Amino acid sequence: MPTFVYMTRCDGCGHCVDICPSDIMHIDTTYRRAYNIEPDMCWQCFSCVKACPQNAIDVRGYADFAPLGHSVRVNREEEKGTISWRIKYRDGSEKSFVSPITTKPWGSGIPQLADVAQPSKEMRESQLLYNEPKYIRFDEGGLHTLESNGLKMEEGVYY
Amino acid sequence: MGVKTIVEDNIDILVVGAGLGGTGAAFEARYWGQDKKIIIAEKANIDRSGAVAQGLYAINCYMGTRWGENNPEDHVRYARIDLLGMVREDLLFDMARHVDSAVHQFEEWGLPLMKNETTGNYLREGRWQIMIHGESYKPIVAEAAKKSADKVYNRICVTHLLMDDSKENRIAGAVGFNVRTGNFHVFKSKTVICGAGGASNIFKPRSVGEGSGRTWYAPWSSGSAYGLMIEAGAKMTQMENRIVLARFKDGYGPVGAYFLHLKTYTQNGVGEEYESKWWDSLQEIVGREYLDPEVSHKTHRPIPTCLRNHALISEVNAGRGPIHMVTMEAFQDPHLEEVGWENFLGMTVGQAVLWAATDVDPKNENPELTTSEPYVMGSHATSSGAWCSGPSDLSPPEYFWGYNRMMTVEGLFGAGDAVGGTPHAFSSGSFTEGRLAAKAACQYIDDGKADGIIVSDKQINERKTQVFAPMDRYKIYRNEIVAGTVNPHYINARQGLDRLQKLMDEYAGGVTVNYMTNEKLLQIGLKKLKIMEEDLDKLAAKDLHELLRAWELRHRHRTSECVVQHTLFRKETRWPGYYYRGDAMKLDDENWHVLTVSHRDRETGQYTMSKAPCYHLVGAEEETAKISSTENDSSKEETKVLEPAE
Ligand SMILES: Cc1cc2nc3c(=O)[nH]c(=O)nc-3n(C[C@H](O)[C@H](O)[C@H](O)COP(=O)(O)OP(=O)(O)OC[C@H]3O[C@@H](n4cnc5c(N)ncnc54)[C@H](O)[C@@H]3O)c2cc1C
Ligand code: SF4
Ligand code: SF4
Repeated sequence: MPTFVYMTRCDGCGHCVDICPSDIMHIDTTYRRAYNIEPDMCWQCFSCVKACPQNAIDVRGYADFAPLGHSVRVNREEEKGTISWRIKYRDGSEKSFVSPITTKPWGSGIPQLADVAQPSKEMRESQLLYNEPKYIRFDEGGLHTLESNGLKMEEGVYY
Repeated sequence: MGVKTIVEDNIDILVVGAGLGGTGAAFEARYWGQDKKIIIAEKANIDRSGAVAQGLYAINCYMGTRWGENNPEDHVRYARIDLLGMVREDLLFDMARHVDSAVHQFEEWGLPLMKNETTGNYLREGRWQIMIHGESYKPIVAEAAKKSADKVYNRICVTHLLMDDSKENRIAGAVGFNVRTGNFHVFKSKTVICGAGGASNIFKPRSVGEGSGRTWYAPWSSGSAYGLMIEAGAKMTQMENRIVLARFKDGYGPVGAYFLHLKTYTQNGVGEEYESKWWDSLQEIVGREYLDPEVSHKTHRPIPTCLRNHALISEVNAGRGPIHMVTMEAFQDPHLEEVGWENFLGMTVGQAVLWAATDVDPKNENPELTTSEPYVMGSHATSSGAWCSGPSDLSPPEYFWGYNRMMTVEGLFGAGDAVGGTPHAFSSGSFTEGRLAAKAACQYIDDGKADGIIVSDKQINERKTQVFAPMDRYKIYRNEIVAGTVNPHYINARQGLDRLQKLMDEYAGGVTVNYMTNEKLLQIGLKKLKIMEEDLDKLAAKDLHELLRAWELRHRHRTSECVVQHTLFRKETRWPGYYYRGDAMKLDDENWHVLTVSHRDRETGQYTMSKAPCYHLVGAEEETAKISSTENDSSKEETKVLEPAE
């Protein structure tokens, strides 16, 4: 289902152009509205659909295998932390789903590593990464090594 | 062309491609290099770029060591058996011992991970997988990368890596162009962490016309990691190990949660279980060591992914298709039905659209499965990528040259699909590899290894001319014809991509030949790729978008060449179900229990192929893991036999 844009809804804001990972949402120079310039490079990822403030973008199943007469609509609400889907079948039946997308106000749980305490020399010389050994062991011990786990590398084989 | 050149100088760490690997690298680099200059160059917008653009519904690599579920060596053994022995166990162990720390941090950052209500642990989908509401997985990790990076350059298609002019075989940055402005960008950097992802669209897809964007791996996975690294002279490994996936037909919706969580299963067109029928004949190809359903049953060893493909392919060839996923039982449970749908909406919306369009409700009808065209990548049930150094405390001498995840080019590091020999890293493992590479890159700089780098204007100017050549060519020859795309002086990127896909399909084992190839076919393929390279110098681009496609094509072409070289070198059929060497239809451990390594000479373009030893981790017992308590329920044992490797 490559995307298409409704003429009457699009105001040419360019959000879709900015987000499309495939670089295929472009602004038409005559109409000053967006359209999909290369449907056969569209992954139907819905990134543009989710980003459009006007709900102007919709999708239609790929012509080579999907019959007409269906729709999948989405509404992503970052402040509410949810995403809602409505699926409409060709035969008219419908299904709806809502899922969470975050558990915290956007970005608030991510540390600013420029401001955390500098790693010590010992930490630098170890195999540990930032915030470790937290989370990596049941017993709060250090990082797993071959020795700690009773392992060794068998001599390399070419057999 | 009168394009502006924009130079970003004195970079310490340049992240090329910020998908899961690249965002992990950018984030972690700030901790080890608080005063270092960290820059991201990404061809799309990091908020929604890469394979995770639409989200994921599962994190496929999580040990749960904290809960006593698995140890790193358990995962190494699992990946080893899934890839029929061919993995870098040092890199795998290293990734596995760190991956949980990444996953728990994702939770701190606000990614909704589902919980097992009885135990309070993360909700298991399978032994390695946990379930998430991951629609915003990519924007969340992008946010972390943005907090750490000095600057993010979105919409820069990186075309080449820069080499140091004062010291042989040392990296010095990268160049590319801005897909919007057309400016030429030069990034002079002490280190580069390449996270530019795997390759879709190098083999002819099953879909035709409009639907050919419905690839399993994202259509924007342009093999750029491989193209860039190979051209820089980095050694590559296991590039023959392309992957074929058994997925829902046409939509390529994932099956992991269906098998593991919903406990759906497959059957042939006449309603029979068919996989076990093929085990005997498969054992003749790969030997009992690699396929032993009895042992799999007892120890939870998976049946290797490729061998399950083989059973599907063979059953269809025997005339008993189509293969169905039996969903009608599970979907009667409203909770499981919801999981089944949300699984797609969270990562492959196209499958939901297809079912809506074709009136397939999996509650009332069992949907079809099929095998995909091949893909080249290194983080799923496959391990193509660069030959990298491991960590000092794990790696044997052949695998170690100073800095973790550094390639054979000094200062060039990798993560995710870019790194070879590390299958089953998936999203979390790729992110973890990025973190490991970032720490090592900072060490490399602090050790003074990047001192005295010189990039000559000559190198930069040559690259600039090359980068924009397709647009110049278009201007010169366009007006020789009235209109249209047929021109005797050039081809466009789409025409070139069609040619590449056709020849890879026919000569290197694509879908139309049932994944079959042999030495003769591969030789012809190589010859055609060589000739195609001449035409790539005649690519034309009418605008910046086509210029992007032109460079993606060049990266895909270079990837393909390397794939064919490797496939030619490994004279055996190691992974039936991924591809077959018709002239060597058996797995041959006597000669090929090795990792394949290639090196393309930067000047001459000649490939040198070699074998590298395969080191195996031994010790402890083979199966130390305690399966998570929820799974330890013997009534479920039956389904374990067929537990897929994903
Ligand atoms: C359909 C599907 C389902 C999956 N399901 C799961 C799952 O359930 N659980 C799980 O853990 N994993 C899953 N994966 C796997 C996971 O997505 C990958 O393993 C992971 O994303 C690989 O990370 P990476 O950084 O190597 O590549 P990517 O994340 O693809 O990142 C590559 C980046 O490089 C950029 N780039 C490419 N070329 C250039 C260039 N020339 N210049 C600049 N930038 C460039 C891209 O735009 C992108 O941002 C799934 C993948 C797919 C496609
Ligand atoms: S985001 Fe929506 S309104 Fe804005 S240009 Fe795109 S389609 Fe038009
Ligand atoms: S669905 Fe995805 S690939 Fe298609 S136009 Fe929208 S953003 Fe681009």
